[in-house]
Amino acid sequence: MSATSPTRRAPFLALYSILVFAFIYLPIVVLIVYSFNRGGVGGFPPRQLTLNWYVQLFADGAIWDSVLNSLIVATASVVLSLTLGLLAALALDRAAFPGKPLFRRLVLLPLILPGIITGLSLLMFAVFAGVQLSLITVFLGHGTALISVATTELFAGLQKMDRAQEEASLDLGATPWQTFWRVTLPNLKLSLIAAGLLIFTLSMDEIAVTFFLIGRDNTLPLEIWGRLRRGITPEINAISTLIFAVSVALIVIWYHVRTRSLGTQAQELIEPP
Amino acid sequence: MYSRAYKSLVSVPPLLWVALFLLLPYALMFAHSFWAVHEGVIVHHWNLENYKTLFSMPLYAEVLFRTMRIAASVTICSILLGYPLAYFLSFHARARKELLYQLVIVPLWVSYLVRGYAWKTILGSDGVLNGFLQYFHVTHEPVAFLLYSPFAVVLMLTHIYTPFVFLPIYAALEHIPRPLVEASHDLGANSFQTFFRVILPLSMPGLLAGATFAFLLTLGDFLAPLLVGGPSGTMIANVVQSLFGAAFDWPLGAAISVFILVLTISLLFLSELLEKRWVYK
Amino acid sequence: MSASAANSPEQASNSTGALLEVRGVAKRFGSTYVLKNISLNIAPGEFLTLLGESGSGKTTLLRLIAGFEQPTSGEIWMGGERLDTLPPYKRRVNTVFQQYALFPHLSVRDNVAYGLRVKNTPAAEIGGRVDEALRMVKMQDFAGARPSKLSGGQQQRVALARALINRPQLLLLDEPLSALDANLRMQMRSELKSLQREIGITFLFVTHDQEEAMALSDRIALLRNGALEQVASPREIYAHPATAYTAQFIGQTNLLRGEILRGIATCGVLRWPLEEADGPATFSLRPEAIRLCPDGKRQITEVKFRGTVRQQLYGGATELLEIECGAGQFLRVRLPASGPMTGENEFIFSIADAVRVQE
Repeated sequence: MSATSPTRRAPFLALYSILVFAFIYLPIVVLIVYSFNRGGVGGFPPRQLTLNWYVQLFADGAIWDSVLNSLIVATASVVLSLTLGLLAALALDRAAFPGKPLFRRLVLLPLILPGIITGLSLLMFAVFAGVQLSLITVFLGHGTALISVATTELFAGLQKMDRAQEEASLDLGATPWQTFWRVTLPNLKLSLIAAGLLIFTLSMDEIAVTFFLIGRDNTLPLEIWGRLRRGITPEINAISTLIFAVSVALIVIWYHVRTRSLGTQAQELIEPP
Repeated sequence: MYSRAYKSLVSVPPLLWVALFLLLPYALMFAHSFWAVHEGVIVHHWNLENYKTLFSMPLYAEVLFRTMRIAASVTICSILLGYPLAYFLSFHARARKELLYQLVIVPLWVSYLVRGYAWKTILGSDGVLNGFLQYFHVTHEPVAFLLYSPFAVVLMLTHIYTPFVFLPIYAALEHIPRPLVEASHDLGANSFQTFFRVILPLSMPGLLAGATFAFLLTLGDFLAPLLVGGPSGTMIANVVQSLFGAAFDWPLGAAISVFILVLTISLLFLSELLEKRWVYK
Repeated sequence: MSASAANSPEQASNSTGALLEVRGVAKRFGSTYVLKNISLNIAPGEFLTLLGESGSGKTTLLRLIAGFEQPTSGEIWMGGERLDTLPPYKRRVNTVFQQYALFPHLSVRDNVAYGLRVKNTPAAEIGGRVDEALRMVKMQDFAGARPSKLSGGQQQRVALARALINRPQLLLLDEPLSALDANLRMQMRSELKSLQREIGITFLFVTHDQEEAMALSDRIALLRNGALEQVASPREIYAHPATAYTAQFIGQTNLLRGEILRGIATCGVLRWPLEEADGPATFSLRPEAIRLCPDGKRQITEVKFRGTVRQQLYGGATELLEIECGAGQFLRVRLPASGPMTGENEFIFSIADAVRVQE
């Protein structure tokens, strides 16, 4: 029989929750609305609607250069972080070595450490090594900071995996190398995709670490940041709206991938945490 | 089951990377904190001056305390917003629970910069909020403290971190077996008593994790003050940032960074200890 | 009880002297009726068991009485007052949950004291009552322990103490013994029975185990697909099952299906006189009601038949035989164990033991 208690009415709590949702979403809604406002980013109410700012945006070469830079860095970061993160997750899951607890903490530290610390320490390293700041140093910074994301996600995936599958593979005559490619990796598919999407998004949005490692070429957030110092225009609203739209699209895609891979019956079993 | 070769293969590369790109840089930063600047150049003259400066000059102490106050405010506000929301979703939302959960998560994926910028446009003297208030004749002049103040920093960062605080609290609430709530009611406790005696204690690990996250990340944030903080809203990380920029004093900046690092690790440690005490099977 | 009867608006509500009255209660989940028009009275001090398979609605009925669900229609009254409109924390009813639901963050002592604390019982009183409750379930040595350190049986006792300390008018037990292993179950059954006798609180017990129900209950309420099949004492329900389902669910039986024609009941090769209307009939005949007939003598009130032993299952004190008495007609017979049997034998049973049941 049903084991759930009936949901009692909680009108004040519901109202409060609606207000919290409003607080979370209103700024974004305002941003989007004003990207169509002829009169600029402020004032109330928004008057004439226009697509001018989007037109201006699309003609803005510097922005699109920075978008390309960001995409390159993000993609490279995904590859680097996933590779090292997978190895780290495997090491944490299966290997014992001296200093392992310290290793685990170090790998996970950049997640909770303010970006400025990671950025500055890497800057000092770059200066020490005589390396010039460029997109490469940015890429190395992102990769290092985001390994923790990959490790956490992949470690969780490894823990959930049925150990017996690997044992069965070895029993049937496959080498450890074959087992890794034929059994372990496919089992981690969901975790890999989740981690990949997350790392990509975080890299595209990264400012704190990037701030200190940037050279001549800007990433998108740094380009926007630079313009903010010069004065704000709704063109920034426009690019922000586009970023929001892409983010939402990514979430929807991710949701579809997750539910489709697990099958429609398992869909009911998916719980958020 | 795993050979030595396998284990070496998987441990060595990340270990090397961690050593090279984490340990070594931190060590460099640590070293820098003991050096000095002489006529625009960094000299490797080992001393404790930087730490003395940090702890004795009122300027730095003031900024540090302001940063702590802001971090505490952001943490408390995020919990005040995030906890009831998590509670509502976990215990009172029925069919729409999954959808509502996704709706809370969506903003996490939206750029920090985008959301910070949104607040900048809303809070300014010519911003949307002031325009709104004046349009409806609630005020006749722009309200000044909205932007370029500690208030604005707290507001913006609360907005950023509420979903972050929501997540672990929601996870913890979902893990509470519903029969425990029924048992509490069965024994005579109403919803209020049940919350304080059963639900809150069992959700503490999640609450602690979220609070730690919000506090530590706010502590080291330098972007929010630059966007909406103004001179009165400067935080300790801005001081560091300027010391690595125009004010050129890397050693002092390194010292403050080391301080932040040590503070972070200590708070993490403390948080972990508390969590172990409050975790129940 | 008498005081509340004087204050109750309807005199009729207490005319039966019942503690709990379930009146025409139905419960629907989605489009399915899990309970259909249940009416049941529970007498004060009795041990009543709700027995049924999973899906029969027994747990739902329990939850309705506890207050975790609301009836779709019907009412529940206790002590002359309306119960189903009260929230769980206002009902003088306590529950022992299937998985015990002990609070993991509280010690045994604090778990047991919980119900008293939330009603602001003075601290001085709490200590004594907690000790008393723990002694009653023999857990006084574990007062400071955390639930996670206790075995299943120990947790169950604590859950019991936690419920009983509040002196409820009715104690609900949701399959409390099903998570225990066989030996512990037997022991706990016996302890529960004595405990109930000792303190005199009304127990409403839910289980799917018919043997357990028979051993413990003053009365059994058998539920099937959301409706009450039969409500009677264990002896009554065993000796006089109302339906074929009841006869088969409780204990073992032979279901004889045949017809009555002109005063003779015929089921396969078995025939006996029966003064009832013509038509199809089903009878329940318990295996132990059939005996061997060594001297071949039969009384008028008995039925004799020949049967070949097809299978013999030895059981220590008794054995269960499968007898073929006609073309394809089999009966199970329980006899005192006497040694291997083969070939044809004569058997006999009393007509009165062939109880007519409804399909």
